[in-house]
Amino acid sequence: MAIFQARTCLSRAFSTLAYHPLRVCVVGSGPAGFYTAEKLMKAHQGAEVDIIDRLPTPFGLVRSGVAPDHPETKIVVNQFSRVVQHERCSFFGNVTLGSSISLAELRELYHVVVLAYGAESDRVLGIPGEDLFGIHSAREFVWWYNGHPDCKNLDPDLKNTDTAVILGQGNVALDVARILLRPVTELATTDIATHALHVLEESSIRRVYLVGRRGPVQAACTAKELREVLGIKDIRIHIPEADLLKSPEDEEEIKNSRIQRRVYELLSKAASNGHSSPRLGQRELHFVFFRKPDSFFESDNRKGHVSGMHFEKTVLKGVGGGKQIAVGSGQFEDIESRIVLKSIGYKSVPVDGLPFDHQKGVVPNIRGRVLHDSSGDQTLLEEGLYVCGWLKRGPTGIIATNLYCAEETVASLFEDLDQGVLALQSCLPKPGKEGLLRLLGNRNVQVVPFSGWERIDSTERRLGSLKNKPREKLATWEELLKTAM
Amino acid sequence: MTETKVIQRAIFQKHHQFSTTADNASEQGSEQEEKCVKIFGHQLLNGLATTHQLVAWVTRWTCSIIVEDMMIGISVTFVDKDGEEKHLKVPIGMSMLEAAHENDIELEGACEGSLACSTCHVIVMDMEYYNKLEDPSDEENDMLDLAFGLTETSRLGCQVIAKPELDGIRLAIPAATRNFAVDGYVPKPH
Repeated sequence: MAIFQARTCLSRAFSTLAYHPLRVCVVGSGPAGFYTAEKLMKAHQGAEVDIIDRLPTPFGLVRSGVAPDHPETKIVVNQFSRVVQHERCSFFGNVTLGSSISLAELRELYHVVVLAYGAESDRVLGIPGEDLFGIHSAREFVWWYNGHPDCKNLDPDLKNTDTAVILGQGNVALDVARILLRPVTELATTDIATHALHVLEESSIRRVYLVGRRGPVQAACTAKELREVLGIKDIRIHIPEADLLKSPEDEEEIKNSRIQRRVYELLSKAASNGHSSPRLGQRELHFVFFRKPDSFFESDNRKGHVSGMHFEKTVLKGVGGGKQIAVGSGQFEDIESRIVLKSIGYKSVPVDGLPFDHQKGVVPNIRGRVLHDSSGDQTLLEEGLYVCGWLKRGPTGIIATNLYCAEETVASLFEDLDQGVLALQSCLPKPGKEGLLRLLGNRNVQVVPFSGWERIDSTERRLGSLKNKPREKLATWEELLKTAM
Repeated sequence: MTETKVIQRAIFQKHHQFSTTADNASEQGSEQEEKCVKIFGHQLLNGLATTHQLVAWVTRWTCSIIVEDMMIGISVTFVDKDGEEKHLKVPIGMSMLEAAHENDIELEGACEGSLACSTCHVIVMDMEYYNKLEDPSDEENDMLDLAFGLTETSRLGCQVIAKPELDGIRLAIPAATRNFAVDGYVPKPH
């Protein structure tokens, strides 16, 4: 009977779409959020999609994650801007889930809520000394050079040391290494935050260590990023040739992965090219393989500050399925450095009322449908609640990964709509945007609409053109909110 | 740029005399001349043909044939995610990404052809045609590394440029969702 009612109701809902839209709220305006909105509107002519973001600016990591010297990667914002200019789509910035509005309230206002707010925290190593000054997460460092308003004051000390250690060998680690080593004159014409450019101009960093637990075959970066860092002007690359020796297990891994093979080939080529004698003051990039962070040590003369790291050498051990993990060998080695950047992974943060798998750092879900808890019972679903992007699958992948991720979530959503799971809900009218704005107005939240972002955008471009930069990012909350008005 | 134009015009005029005497169609000459110059310009400016190649074409074919070839273009078939076929004519010099977008074919193009993403991934359905393409550059290969559902005949749509030899090419748009593995996706060796 309930199903029958749902079906009738559903068909009625569809026949009166003009009066009764499907109200959807997407939380987070990065690639996952925008691809979700785009797919949703394409698949359902009656869907109205509001995208909220805690920042006054849209585009998530395309703005605050993609490196300033990768302008081509940011072109995707053109597509996202076309999505939000659609009459059935709105953007509301400066609205924080959990403080401006609770998840429960949002679910009351909308038929469907899709959470795509990513991963705004960091994994930790959990080793002694991790809280010393001079140790930052790569996320903070990236936010800092990309002008994210929460990290403007990070002020990493690049002046009192000539050596930086980066933990991790993924693309974020490579981005960070490149920003530290690239001639500053080349960065000056990008959209890098000016506060960061000034610090980099005075940087005394000459040597960067990129440290990984495993070997060159397992390096987690992609060929493009590696090619770039290896090609930095006037830089000396150090790759221990002994580390390039492959075990039969390594050979097997390489055989099964085109990307690992190409990364390995680039590293071997760079190792054999690196025999020229160094010149005085030449910048150096050291790839350090088979080292596991053991502890940080404190400086003797600067209390509370890091002065180096203790690493345990590792060996690889097969764990089945062609996978190898690093295990400690009991031998240790130190690297001295007064700045350490941890690029060991991002972590999502839950909000009140949201099921969360703390072990995996994601929201428990089946193909984007949020599960009631992480016990594994796949029948208990949170009605009308979906998830996409890093919050759904963990902090990996490229921008395009979110395209497929969004397709999957949207497909689940429409299956539920078709099969009645969501039907009863969706045939009752919901306040949607009007309700949201009323509630936020009562709470004196200064909502930044897309036109507010466009004001920020044109101001940034204008300021940028004076400095021969594509844009000069406004990097404080005050400036952003004032300009958006 | 002016220099290029002069060269184009010279090529055309040299050929034009030949073609008009042969075809006895001098009245249509100026219109054809305009078209030819426009197309040759496009080819040269986009680095799709060298002056040398254009001279060779001009001496081989009559202008009208070239115009026809270039204006109408080659036949291309796109096979979309659901297996549905779409037949198009793609002008010489145009990329398959542009062609798809001009014809409302759903092929993503996040970086708009600047070789910074893998979203316009297409699969050349016949090896014979795949072999007619120039080898992918390192930069294209770097992006193909990250393409979902990579095959031995995968290319980026923005890097496949229509040329006469590709007439009849069939391109499949990979069914993303079917091949979607959330983590640990392992592309096939290339």
